[in-house]
Amino acid sequence: MKTATFKIWRGDAKSGTFWDYTTDVAEGMVVLDAVHDIQRTKAPDLACRWNCKAGKCGSCSAEVNGMPKLMCMTRLSELPLEKPVTIEPMKAFPVIKDLVTDISWNFRVKKKIKPFKPRAPDAPDGTWRMEQEDIDRVQEFRKCIECYLCQDVCHVLRDHQMHEKFIGPRFLIHVAALEMHPLDTEDRIEELRNTQGIGYCNITKCCTKVCPESIQITDNGIIPLKERVVDDFYDPLGWFWRWLKKKLKS
Amino acid sequence: MPDYETFEYDVLVIGAGGAGLRAAIEASAAGVRVGLVCKSLLGKAHTVMAEGGIAAALANVDERDNWKVHFADTMRGGQYVNQWRMAELHAKEAPDRVRELEAWGAVFDRTKDGRILQRHFGGHKYPRLAHVGDRTGLEMIRTLQDHGVHQGIDVHMEHTILSLLKDSDRVVGAFGYERERGRFKIFRAKAVVLATGGVGRAYKITSNSWEYTGDGHTLAYEAGAELIDMEFIQFHPTGMVWPPSVMGILVTEGVRGEGGILTNNQGRRFMFDEIPEAYRAHTADSEEEGWRYCQGHKDARRPPELLTRDHVSRCIVREIKEGRGSPHGGVYLDISWIKQKIPNAVEHIKRKLPSMYHQFKQLADIDITEQPMEVGPTTHYIMGGVRVDPDTQMSRLPGLFAAGECAAGINGANRLGGNSLSDLLVFGKRAGEFAAKFAKENQHGSIEREKIDAVAREALAPFESAGRGSENPYVIQKDLQETMQNLVGIVRNEGEMREALEKIGKFKTRAEKAAVTGNREYNPGWHTAIDLKNLLTISEAITHAALERKESRGAQFRDDYPNKDDAFGKVNTIVSKASDGSMHVRLEPLPEMPDYLKQVIEENR
Repeated sequence: MKTATFKIWRGDAKSGTFWDYTTDVAEGMVVLDAVHDIQRTKAPDLACRWNCKAGKCGSCSAEVNGMPKLMCMTRLSELPLEKPVTIEPMKAFPVIKDLVTDISWNFRVKKKIKPFKPRAPDAPDGTWRMEQEDIDRVQEFRKCIECYLCQDVCHVLRDHQMHEKFIGPRFLIHVAALEMHPLDTEDRIEELRNTQGIGYCNITKCCTKVCPESIQITDNGIIPLKERVVDDFYDPLGWFWRWLKKKLKS
Repeated sequence: MPDYETFEYDVLVIGAGGAGLRAAIEASAAGVRVGLVCKSLLGKAHTVMAEGGIAAALANVDERDNWKVHFADTMRGGQYVNQWRMAELHAKEAPDRVRELEAWGAVFDRTKDGRILQRHFGGHKYPRLAHVGDRTGLEMIRTLQDHGVHQGIDVHMEHTILSLLKDSDRVVGAFGYERERGRFKIFRAKAVVLATGGVGRAYKITSNSWEYTGDGHTLAYEAGAELIDMEFIQFHPTGMVWPPSVMGILVTEGVRGEGGILTNNQGRRFMFDEIPEAYRAHTADSEEEGWRYCQGHKDARRPPELLTRDHVSRCIVREIKEGRGSPHGGVYLDISWIKQKIPNAVEHIKRKLPSMYHQFKQLADIDITEQPMEVGPTTHYIMGGVRVDPDTQMSRLPGLFAAGECAAGINGANRLGGNSLSDLLVFGKRAGEFAAKFAKENQHGSIEREKIDAVAREALAPFESAGRGSENPYVIQKDLQETMQNLVGIVRNEGEMREALEKIGKFKTRAEKAAVTGNREYNPGWHTAIDLKNLLTISEAITHAALERKESRGAQFRDDYPNKDDAFGKVNTIVSKASDGSMHVRLEPLPEMPDYLKQVIEENR
């Protein structure tokens, strides 16, 4: 039987190193299968997250040969097996153990984003009416499985560690899904500019490239949001309108 | 023993899938303090994998639909051993629960007049499943999660509960560990809701994740609650069969709802060969009528591919056994054929079944718009679970509630597709509501420190077991999965099930010697060793219940009793822990259905 070697980063928050493991390769195998084989036979305490094994839950994010990937959707047949395959934890987040990282920052960020606030129902029975074409874009964003690979690859988070000033592509898409939701009445533009740091994104589109759901994060989400920020804050009419709204509110 | 970190809540919810989240939201809305414990990260629970839709008689697509038809469909699908009251509440309340999701931000696919779109599914008379392409579960869990995090609920992610805590008969909390550091924690609560999902990891071929080890079932059983209907395991007819590494991954019934057909290696649509009596009047006579049904023609009847899952699975097994299967031991499921029927079929398939398209393309090199898929049955769901009061979801133990897959009653001998997501919402809400009420009416109980220490010692035993004669927990799990797959699977008989019980007994002995290396921090080997106990308990319960039901009904097919037996149509199997610690099984008569519901069933024959 064909075999392959995997260099898996093992360690904790303090230190770690690559360990070599060799395992058999069967037809159709994905990287997560190899990790499971290694757990079963060689390293029972090798830590990794996974759930669905079908690209639907976004748990098994890691860096395979340096690329942010879902391990369950990365087939060994796509990788050059004549040399060792490296598997590392995501780099934008602190390591807990082996391939498991502390992604709790993402949950804290999301909690701070203003929740959905629908308009009054359209019909007396308390329901709404929406056209399919008006929700296509929102549905695209809502495909997100929260694997955080886009956060991992974003240089603002990964290289510059600006987690306190920038919410990252995942949550820009989350804001976009709320802002473009036909029923939503909340306004999230001011914090997008001020506390959520949309200006730090310089649209290199790395996030879009690694998205396993093929969401057009930059083109369909972030750029339109940037335009809204510009309209509200830098267009004199927009600025005046915002000032007036505030005035009326107070 | 060290001091354990202790948390105090009015209501503790164990499990954060659809039922757990909905229960936590409801309890929180009642003004009590809520803790939510989940085995994985928030939003990753099994609900996320549900594909086809949420069944609710909204009547947006076919105005003839209403709760009565949904109730009758659910009872017929469950072969009338369902708890009628749960089926009634479910059918009546599901529409409100779906509309509520929309108010919380869910974005369902739309009808032409802008309402929630509904699709056809097996066993449902009318198009009834509210959906978002084939990722409805993701939409549901994300909506509940995003709404839930603003309700003041304390979430403990990556925690596993080891034992429920009791004060005499009452359940007053839970004891468990957190994965990151491996530390034990005490959760004191006035009421506890179990929402831990199913048992699929007891089988080799399954659509379920590692989490599905029957935790809630076992916690309840060990604490003294009853389990009901444990023999009824749903083998979903369409799981992937090739390549080996993806065997068991679900292929949504939505493929058939959109017109997908099942064929054998001779190209024959074998589902037309055998139509059960109870469904003959509802099933299409011709392929053309079946297609017209999928296209929404109201005078047409459903194609036989949309018969109930138990029946479709058995037909597939028959084709494979009789040599008419596909090369990798399945049958063919073809959606690409609709190109003959509609323009833009390729775009249509990609739009309606995007994740199926993606899944087959990426994992099997199959383009489902061009080629048929190969599929076969996969362990998907357990109809059985904790016996609860239909209205309040409380078990026979005061303060212990259960909802969703780990509770039982609504589905009877077979669950209809789409009824699970609505079950989670309807009974998750009820469990949260009544748990909060119970918490308001009761004080915290006292907990016994010695018992907690004993549970902790047992949990740590695998670290002490290393050495000669010790066992690898992964290997025990794999051996158990093969045993259940081969001996207590889709086709069962007494001899094989007795053999299974014997083997389970041996696995228990081996599990006591399960050993792990490394330390307590995020150690999957240790977690696997701990989960073994639950897997063994529910495997035993499934086997005992299946032996007790000496007939074939719904998901249970026995080749030594291949027919339905009216006497067994009037009873449920009940599993409980006897005072000597052994597993006790008995039959109990079904609750008598009131006349107005009997009439509803008659009207919808």
